[in-house]
Amino acid sequence: MNSTMKQTSFSVAAFSVIFGLLVGALIMLVFGYNPISGYIALMSSAVGSMQNIGGVLTQMTPLILTALGFTVASSAGFFNIGLSGQALAGWVGAVWYALSFPNLPAYVMIPSALILGTVLGGIAGAIPGWLRAQFGASEVIVTIMMNYILLYTGNNILQNVMAHGIKESAQTTKQIGANATLQMPWLTQLTQGSSVSAGIVLALVMIVVIWFVMKKTTLGFEIRAVGLNPDSARYAGMPSKRTAVVAMAISGGLAGLAGTIEGLGNYQYFFTQNSSPSIGFDGMAVALLGNGSYLGVLAAAILFSVLKIGGLGMPMSTGVPFELVDIVIASIIFFVGANYLIRIIQKRIHEMDAKAEVTAEHKKQQKSGGQ
Amino acid sequence: MTELTPVIEMQHITKKFGSFAANDDINLKVQQGEIHALLGENGAGKSTLMNILTGLLQPTSGNILINGQPVTVDSPTKANQLGIGMVHQHFMLVDAFTVTENIVLGSEITRGLSLDTKTAVKRIQALSDQYGLAVDPTAKIADISVGQQQRVEILKTLYRGADILIFDEPTAVLTPQEIEELITIMHNLAKEGKSIILITHKLDEIKAAADTVTVIRAGKSIDAFPVAGVSSQQLADLMVGREVSFKTEKQSAQPKETVLKLDNLTVKDARGVAAVKDLSLEVKSGEIVGIAGIDGNGQTELVQAITGLTPVQSGQVMLNQKDMTNKSPRKIIESGVGHIPEDRLRFGMQTHMTLVENMMLQTYYQAPISHYGVINPEAEDKMANRLSQKFDVRASGIHIVAGSMSGGNQQKAVIARELDRDNDLIIAAQPTRGLDVGAIEYIHQCLIDQRDAGKAVLVVSFELDEILNLSDRIAVINNGKIVGIVDAQSTNKQELGLLMTGMNLDEVKATLNEPTEVNTL
Ligand SMILES: Nc1ncnc2c1ncn2[C@@H]1O[C@H](COP(=O)(O)OP(=O)(O)OP(=O)(O)O)[C@@H](O)[C@H]1O
Ligand SMILES: [Mg+2]
Repeated sequence: MNSTMKQTSFSVAAFSVIFGLLVGALIMLVFGYNPISGYIALMSSAVGSMQNIGGVLTQMTPLILTALGFTVASSAGFFNIGLSGQALAGWVGAVWYALSFPNLPAYVMIPSALILGTVLGGIAGAIPGWLRAQFGASEVIVTIMMNYILLYTGNNILQNVMAHGIKESAQTTKQIGANATLQMPWLTQLTQGSSVSAGIVLALVMIVVIWFVMKKTTLGFEIRAVGLNPDSARYAGMPSKRTAVVAMAISGGLAGLAGTIEGLGNYQYFFTQNSSPSIGFDGMAVALLGNGSYLGVLAAAILFSVLKIGGLGMPMSTGVPFELVDIVIASIIFFVGANYLIRIIQKRIHEMDAKAEVTAEHKKQQKSGGQ
Repeated sequence: MTELTPVIEMQHITKKFGSFAANDDINLKVQQGEIHALLGENGAGKSTLMNILTGLLQPTSGNILINGQPVTVDSPTKANQLGIGMVHQHFMLVDAFTVTENIVLGSEITRGLSLDTKTAVKRIQALSDQYGLAVDPTAKIADISVGQQQRVEILKTLYRGADILIFDEPTAVLTPQEIEELITIMHNLAKEGKSIILITHKLDEIKAAADTVTVIRAGKSIDAFPVAGVSSQQLADLMVGREVSFKTEKQSAQPKETVLKLDNLTVKDARGVAAVKDLSLEVKSGEIVGIAGIDGNGQTELVQAITGLTPVQSGQVMLNQKDMTNKSPRKIIESGVGHIPEDRLRFGMQTHMTLVENMMLQTYYQAPISHYGVINPEAEDKMANRLSQKFDVRASGIHIVAGSMSGGNQQKAVIARELDRDNDLIIAAQPTRGLDVGAIEYIHQCLIDQRDAGKAVLVVSFELDEILNLSDRIAVINNGKIVGIVDAQSTNKQELGLLMTGMNLDEVKATLNEPTEVNTL
């Protein structure tokens, strides 16, 4: 039964991707471009040069982490829309810290900066978790609000709080020093100057770590139990509130780590943000496409990044404007989201049906049981 | 005798889950106006067969004929159209909706775009009056007792006007009186030409209600015969395939020190109304105290307060001389309390998790199941296998999702888990709900063994037979208070029945001592 469930969620994911690509092709046709050569250009540009492969890896890194964060939160029954703000907390904190202590040796600076960014994201995640556990406040609303709070707090810190010595201008910090960067000269050289960093390794390691935590540890067991049936978790003596807060802290921590890697690996500095970083929202889409499976998250992150980076090459070789590429990506996200909605609606209808007429216990199983 | 065309004929039905055949070449014939019982052990495949008839599952092979016509029942909607309605073993009600909303769900009467609730309420009221299924149509499901939820389920099928009614263990949660009423209802329905399939583990109900019985053993239909002239003992032996005994043998109790002491306990229910009022009770090690009472008299809240699931308003819960009032469930579990909850799907298990994970629900953080927070898969499997074997939990594997196990086997899994921990106090609420006679015999023996091993056992049950069979002392609860504590040896159903209505012991004695009045009753 589990394997058929996996099959259906895989086919759901595959369908969303195919539909998204078809809609993209249609749009290219409408605007007079050849979709086949468009997609060939996309693929060949994504893997066409070492630099672009580096770009794909750079793009993937935060997406994997935020998607993992989303997955952990939803296992505990939370819908964490605040990944974006949590990532920002990590980014600002880590860059500020790195610039403030330029003389710390790398072996002290890098681990401590990573930990700091993760902890900051974790705190930003734990707050909405605690508010729901304690007062029943909807985490959806709280995390959306916190995205704004964190966005403007970050900008304010940059503009008004940071010492002038560590800023390039009112809107950007200086570059972090060699003691804090996650980039590695040989990797940069190999990828012809892309900004890929050791962050990708960290992200891949985190897939394994989170899989292990969720499937093999008592904490993961508690998180899943609380998410699936809080009454039964309470009956069993599990610390339900603490578990919910911890799950949200882990979720936020992963987002914080994603932000930290953006700061110390990809960009190497912080600059005024006009809106919440998109890695949070893209991460949600990746998680939904991956549908709670850890390998699925990896595959979805690769797909997203290939589209994004490959899309950059499309305009040059085929003349397809970059905006169209964004539409293709957006339609895939749309179909993933729509599928998610369709599944929820189907589930509801099914439950109504079942509850209204007749049903069997094992059918109930199929709701939300995806692992 | 000429063969009438059966209303339902299921021919050679086989249903496989993977390689496991839950139904294996089953035949079933139900005539019009007949009450047809399905009898079989836990996991025999009764619910699976009914799920096929109601379109929830598709048979691997076999045919279904309705009034002699072959049909494909490929969805619940189709079953509904064919006039097949089911009252389920596990209630499928939306907690946040009212009784009326739940009943009309999917067949709403609308006026323009809005629901015509008034007409619906009237129709439901009429049905519930007609069949004596008392329930407040405007109450929320979350706020009514399990017993009342059952009535809503029954009303739902009646509301839809089904011709073939399937009752999957409908009486498990009803009081003896309600059961009698239900049987009357079923007879009336049958007289009006409706056909009823009744699944129950209670043999006297089959004797009282059914015309014909089909026995299913391990997925196969063994036999079908008229009920008249067959004894309960014969039915039981046929079902299990060996001899079963109904009365559990036990020595007299050797009570020792007090394990559980409740002092003037007051507990509120979900709506904030006092459900347990100033209640005091003691359970000693080496004795079984039974709590008898009609559903909804504070039993649920009492058990939840002892186990830390509901806050105590005033009074004290003492365990082994230690104050455990309002301690966390984990503290209470760790201090040696096992709890078989009355609502196994909501509290007792994680239905989306595997049997293994359910078996370690309270012990997952302790050695040998886990070390430093990492779960040892071999240890958990070993525990699940051991418990399944010891308590005869039958499932197609220990890694099966618990929700897909048969109802009785789910209950056995919960009991196995709760009795296996070395507890001082066992609280068993409706411990044998949904179990077959063989399993009941076994579970009762287990509880008595616990007692003989020096544990304190508190049994809450709506079934007087169970209370009388198990208990050493019986405390009768009415309206949140203990109205009398009697010795199980010297009491009887009549006395308990009167106490349960709220009379105190003196009044009961007085009533029972007026022989003329009692005899004319
Ligand atoms: N979806 C499923 N997947 C795997 N096995 C299943 C599934 N549904 C039922 N089974 C198995 O089929 C067997 C028959 O189950 P069923 O629920 O029909 O039993 P039952 O006769 O109704 O028992 P009970 O009296 O305990 O309710 C059980 O062993 C159960 O574990
Ligand atoms: Mg069943």
